[in-house]
Amino acid sequence: MAFEIEYTNIGGISGPLIFVQGVRGVGLGEIVEIRDGSTLRVGQTLEVDEDKAVVQVFEGTSGLALEGMRVAFVGSALEVPVDRAMLGRVFDGLGRPIDGFPQVISELRMNVNGLPVNPWSREYPRDFIQTGISAIDGMNTLIRGQKLPIFSGSGMPHNLIAAQIARQAMILTEEEEFTVIFAAMGVKFDVARFFIDSLEESGVLTHSAIFLSLADAPSIERLITPRVALTLAEHLAFEEGMHVLVILTDMTNYCESLRELSSSRGEIPSRKGYPGYLYSDLASIYERAGRLKGYNGSITQMPMLSMPSDDISHPVPDLTGYITEGQIVLERELFNKGIYPPIAGLPSLSRLMKDGIGEGRTRGDHAQVAAQLFASYAKVKRIRSLAAIVGEEELSQLDKVYLSFGENFEEHFLAQGEHENRTIEQTLEIGWKMLSLLPQEELYRICREDIQRYYMSEENLECRI
Amino acid sequence: MEGLIRGKVVSVNGPIVKAVGMKGVRMFDIAEVGPDRLIGEVIRLLGKIALIQVYEDNTGLKPGDEVLSEGRPLSVLLGPGLISSIYDGIQRPLVGIAEKCGSYIDKGIKLSALDTEKRWELKPLAESGAQVREGTVVGEIQESQLITHKIIVPHGISGVLTSIVEAGGYTIEDVIYTVDTAAGPYEGKMAGYWPVRSPRPVKVKKNPHIPLVTGQRIIDTFFPIARGGTAAIPGGFGTGKTMTQHALAKWCNADIIVYIGCGERGNEMTDVLTEFPNLIDERNGRPLIERTVMIANTSNMPVPAREVSIYTGVTIAEYYRDMGHSVAVMADSTSRWAEALRELSSRLGDMPAEEGFPPYLATRLAEFYERAGLVETLSGPDGDITIIGAVSPPGGDFSEPVTQHTSRFVRCFWALDKILADARHYPSISWIDSYTEYLHDIEDWWKDLDSQWLTVRNAAINILLEDNRLQQLVKLVGADALPVTQQFTLYVAEMIKNAFLQQNSFDAIDKYCSPEKQLKLLKTILTLYEKGMILVQAGLDIKDITERPLVSEMVRLKSEIPNKETERIDAYSEGLLKELESLKELLLGV
Ligand SMILES: Nc1ncnc2c1ncn2[C@@H]1O[C@H](COP(=O)(O)OP(=O)(O)OP(=O)(O)O)[C@@H](O)[C@H]1O
Ligand SMILES: [Mg+2]
Repeated sequence: MAFEIEYTNIGGISGPLIFVQGVRGVGLGEIVEIRDGSTLRVGQTLEVDEDKAVVQVFEGTSGLALEGMRVAFVGSALEVPVDRAMLGRVFDGLGRPIDGFPQVISELRMNVNGLPVNPWSREYPRDFIQTGISAIDGMNTLIRGQKLPIFSGSGMPHNLIAAQIARQAMILTEEEEFTVIFAAMGVKFDVARFFIDSLEESGVLTHSAIFLSLADAPSIERLITPRVALTLAEHLAFEEGMHVLVILTDMTNYCESLRELSSSRGEIPSRKGYPGYLYSDLASIYERAGRLKGYNGSITQMPMLSMPSDDISHPVPDLTGYITEGQIVLERELFNKGIYPPIAGLPSLSRLMKDGIGEGRTRGDHAQVAAQLFASYAKVKRIRSLAAIVGEEELSQLDKVYLSFGENFEEHFLAQGEHENRTIEQTLEIGWKMLSLLPQEELYRICREDIQRYYMSEENLECRI
Repeated sequence: MEGLIRGKVVSVNGPIVKAVGMKGVRMFDIAEVGPDRLIGEVIRLLGKIALIQVYEDNTGLKPGDEVLSEGRPLSVLLGPGLISSIYDGIQRPLVGIAEKCGSYIDKGIKLSALDTEKRWELKPLAESGAQVREGTVVGEIQESQLITHKIIVPHGISGVLTSIVEAGGYTIEDVIYTVDTAAGPYEGKMAGYWPVRSPRPVKVKKNPHIPLVTGQRIIDTFFPIARGGTAAIPGGFGTGKTMTQHALAKWCNADIIVYIGCGERGNEMTDVLTEFPNLIDERNGRPLIERTVMIANTSNMPVPAREVSIYTGVTIAEYYRDMGHSVAVMADSTSRWAEALRELSSRLGDMPAEEGFPPYLATRLAEFYERAGLVETLSGPDGDITIIGAVSPPGGDFSEPVTQHTSRFVRCFWALDKILADARHYPSISWIDSYTEYLHDIEDWWKDLDSQWLTVRNAAINILLEDNRLQQLVKLVGADALPVTQQFTLYVAEMIKNAFLQQNSFDAIDKYCSPEKQLKLLKTILTLYEKGMILVQAGLDIKDITERPLVSEMVRLKSEIPNKETERIDAYSEGLLKELESLKELLLGV
């Protein structure tokens, strides 16, 4: 920049915002440098007027005073360097290295907000990812380029599951491994440590990039962290042809930062104090997943969020579910029963599953087996609530068969080891074992041919379970 | 044009820009803002200040930047070439944008919505010297194999046709005909602009009376919609709004589909784009894309353009309706449109009504749905627009403002049920909470097919209502405690749910079910109910009926018998009757 005017006339400070007066020619979304003694903070304009500007400060405003602050508008929107060399490195929430090594030198700097993908330029994702987890592969298949969040609750093992997926995820037809980008927003150090260790253990740390805006970092910084991570992901996927798995945790913390910012701007809140634009804001993150026509790479997103008091209708999980392509929901009841992974049988859903499975991808019977498991398990849930009232003895014979199916399904299909990596054939085989506990007539979601082919007769079944 | 109006930006608050010096500018005029000449619209005039809503990403915009306006309202370009196109919310062609700037949408891109170089084979239908007026058809183009595109004298023009070209190939920029009007000579082309926010005029509105056949059983048989009608599909996330709209866009018997992806996922538009060119419409053997216009303003595209997108879509629909076509508009999701409205109104500092939505939400919704209807067009024939809007209530709670207001202005309500969706019972349209007000309007159409249609439908609905009532009891005492006749009702209700209502969009056969097949399936189930009930009343054990292989196979009919072979359902029915007859003998024998 040839010359920079520094402004010192600060009208006010409120939450993460400062109000700068007497400014001229400042643009919306422009980057701002705030100097206070020797420390430098970075911000961005949210609103510009003929002579004043509202600036959000990413590092927060704590310690700033009306006097003694110097503010410079340095033009253009927030940009970060992107480069392959960023793999194997650890950065802060704004993309600055914190692993003791120098800043990555790159000619390429990209706007962290990215640009909207032209829907016409997208390639519909279809490649089945085998995660080795039956509840996912069998019933809520993950597809390369999908955005599939995990809805969790306090204390539940979403981190274990995400780490297991990062470790085991593979495409059946390809050798190539995923490049993992991990962005932590407002989580504790031990959570970050756990991920780093687990990536290291499985030997993928050298081709992972880690962005940490931990619980002790300024809350406003979290608004940038996922965007920095996705900017790098876009570069790696669509310039370098890599298959990138982006894990974002915890989106609830992200949303709380946004709520904080919104309330300090005095905006009219929508549900539970979150701003009315939460949906659009989240979409600007989640929609940065997928595949593009004519490019090799892909971005698969796995955002994690905790549902406050396990409430799936809370705005954060609710709006997330409205944007992502399904959701993996963890269930307290299963968790309390000691089942790992406690992936809820019914509310979990993968919307891209339909085009990624079946003959030539997984197996011809996959879709119907999944549909039948869902339908039968739904019936188990109904019978359980009935049994809770009338008592199990009062149930019909068939209902009792269903209950036994339910128990087996949870113990053998859903439950598995943290390091157990099941092939899709194994998953479907267990699925059929479970369904074979039910009378054939009950399998009305499955076509006759498949029943003939895979249904196990009673003797058959006994020796296999 | 009255010349260029030049103003200056004084403040920028997100997509809302305040400008001064815009003397002469009118409400809803287009304004081009800043050095990139971003598209905006004047949405409020307050003294010297004009408030402009900018439809593109406006980061970098500064006070002092220039604002230009030609004094023309925000409009869509209507003409041949709309079919098979995909546009953003303000009708910029997404294919053209991709060719120009790659996979991402840069700001400030300006491209014509229609191909200006393509030559269309025009067949003139009027002769010079003739008296013409608005609505007169002066020519015709075969826009796609399915769509005949009429060139119609626009609104407000009448007089003597002073010239018209010969048959031949013309572009949308060529002058096709001239009219000597009271206000001077008028040069008519094949394409013209129409302001998005104004409904296009019609001769008269009529009462809809023909069903829009969708091939979805729960819709056609239980909660049908008429051509020219309105419907809402409310439902929490993942309950099947988009899938239902896709199914309708694929199989319903409208001539033209306008599919508006308003603030939803990019991949869902991609899905339509990749699937529709390869799906063949059985009625005419042509790919579905040849009757489809797409508007995609996905959730990551600028929010203000989301607000316009539904008007862009419905204006295009009206254009084709005016040629006498039957058009179905899918808007997914109107909640995102309402949220865009909320976001903009809050930036304008409007006093909010319920849940932050502006007080004019209801009026805007009503105006939108009012653009549906069966009409007599200015050009003569009847045309119609059916509007089907998805609603995405926060937390799946239907008591929120958008669902509530929408339900006041639509006459069909297909309520999606989370519990059904969780059990993968699709479509998860609730047979308890849904309703239609078109039953009597379209009754005659169905009666031509089968005079018993309404009786059959109502009988089935009554069984389900009875089931719903009994389920409350079952929850308390268990099914076995009910009288056997009621247990049989529960059984048949379950059969209606599984063998009739449940319909998988991915099933090669069952994705579309013809009206004939729908009726036959339902009648078969009712036969089981009526004949079976007599046996049960006479003391037959329910199991003797339900455990018959033929009976348990009923649920497979829908996916094993194609639409063209419905006589196989008759054969099954006869077999069923015989089987039940033999049970009667068994009963008498005992
Ligand atoms: N008729 C159907 N047949 C088969 N599967 C269906 C059907 N309807 C819905 N589904 C399943 O449900 C999933 C979710 O449906 P859909 O995407 O239509 O939900 P939605 O209501 O539009 O959700 P959102 O509000 O989040 O957009 C689909 O991906 C599909 O797996
Ligand atoms: Mg949807």
